[in-house]
Amino acid sequence: MSAGTRPPGADLPEHPDHLWREPDPKRSYDVVIVGGGGHGLATAHYLARAHGITNVAVLERGWLAGGNMARNTTIIRSNYLWDESAAVYEFALKLWEGLEAELDYPLLFSQRGVLNLAHSLQDVRDSVRRVEANRLGGIDAEWLDADGVREVCPIVDISPAARYPVLGGTYQPRAGIAKHDHVAWALARSADAAGVDLIQGCEVTGIDVRGGRVTGVRTTRGSIAAGRVALCAAGHTSVLAAMAGFELPLQSHPLQALVSELLEPVHPTVVMSNAVHVYVSQAHKGELVMGAGIDAYTAYTQRGAFHVVERQMAAALELFPVFARAHVLRTWGGIVDVTPDASPIVGRSPVAGLYLNCGWGTGGFKATPGAGAILAHTVAHDEPHPLARPFSLDRFTTGALVDEHGAAAVAH
Amino acid sequence: MLLIPCPWCGPRDEAEFTYGGQAHVPYPRDPAALTDEEWARYLFFRDNPKGPHAERWCHTISCRRWFNVVRDTATNEVLAAYRIGEAGPVIS
Repeated sequence: MSAGTRPPGADLPEHPDHLWREPDPKRSYDVVIVGGGGHGLATAHYLARAHGITNVAVLERGWLAGGNMARNTTIIRSNYLWDESAAVYEFALKLWEGLEAELDYPLLFSQRGVLNLAHSLQDVRDSVRRVEANRLGGIDAEWLDADGVREVCPIVDISPAARYPVLGGTYQPRAGIAKHDHVAWALARSADAAGVDLIQGCEVTGIDVRGGRVTGVRTTRGSIAAGRVALCAAGHTSVLAAMAGFELPLQSHPLQALVSELLEPVHPTVVMSNAVHVYVSQAHKGELVMGAGIDAYTAYTQRGAFHVVERQMAAALELFPVFARAHVLRTWGGIVDVTPDASPIVGRSPVAGLYLNCGWGTGGFKATPGAGAILAHTVAHDEPHPLARPFSLDRFTTGALVDEHGAAAVAH
Repeated sequence: MLLIPCPWCGPRDEAEFTYGGQAHVPYPRDPAALTDEEWARYLFFRDNPKGPHAERWCHTISCRRWFNVVRDTATNEVLAAYRIGEAGPVIS
């Protein structure tokens, strides 16, 4: 190379501006949010934007949105059975519909619809019941017979000879997917711009409680005083609750998912099947994204067993014979916090000033903006948001459960 | 996949077993006497530690017997396996 020749790459554009600062933690904040995933970042965003509370830190033990936010299958829908859940998920879906404009960031939010397949007479009854419940609640929902399923998604095998024949399915046209990383980055940028400190590599090791009231947190980067603390730690919430001296009805399980290599567009919607058990969409880039049921045992390992993935692949091939030649590109696991009724816990905790946002289990991504908005309201007013009221911790004592095992759609 | 040491059959693949949740949760002696809080605890609250966890497994496709395992939920290391009725190990 002669002198004066520019080396390859020298003319590439500069590194883009960072979307958020890397502040050191201050000694004290009005609000500390534990967990820098989707829910924690959304809570910070809405605390700042909807309630004017900006002296806020989000503490993340790893890197922003590197937990379940990076490990889910990005499905967004609101077709839950009970009014309480349909209301909170529909609230979230409406926020999704305005989120790209609100955050001024492309989220690749794609309302390509979701099909929930029915394979038995009981499935059909349950599905039609859920469709009718959704419509009464003002949520878009349709019952499709097998031909209707094929019209929406031609690659689903609807032949009567299938081991578990497709008898039909529910369809929510407004459901869809979004690009999880973009969602996290956009929320982080918004919170940061409002003055929120996003602090990565900062693990909470203790929660200080005095006279029944939270006063701060201890972390791997020192003690931080806090007027209020909100837990957004998903699978690790039980560990944090133990630091504050109480227990929660949560079980933390690995939940696995996988993607195929990049393929031409073949799959126009999102398909879920409880009975055969797999849920599949195709990402914008071209990977088929598929989710499994939870691994049976509790664990914090962020990995699961291979036979669970194998079962999920068998289910996918049963529904989509065309996938037989696709190759798995990678598999992974996240840790989901599952409640006894498959509904979240949002609201006050037994410790004053300490707020819960947990138990979203296998379905937290779709709730991201909704969970953030109702938790921010709850923290700001020290009063549960009206949509959060049915999801209080004391429902396990009163017996007013919100049983969503059917609509949660992931076996557990 | 876990390698689970069945106390009757020896070490076998996890796929041969069924998980049964937390071990050593006795049915209340007098359920009708419990308060709502106590009943809620019995029904809905189970240990969820990041660390050693005593749990039940059933060797479904072999001896079909239930037994107890202590497993570290942070690493999946199996620390002990013992028969129903035997005392669990002391895990420090």
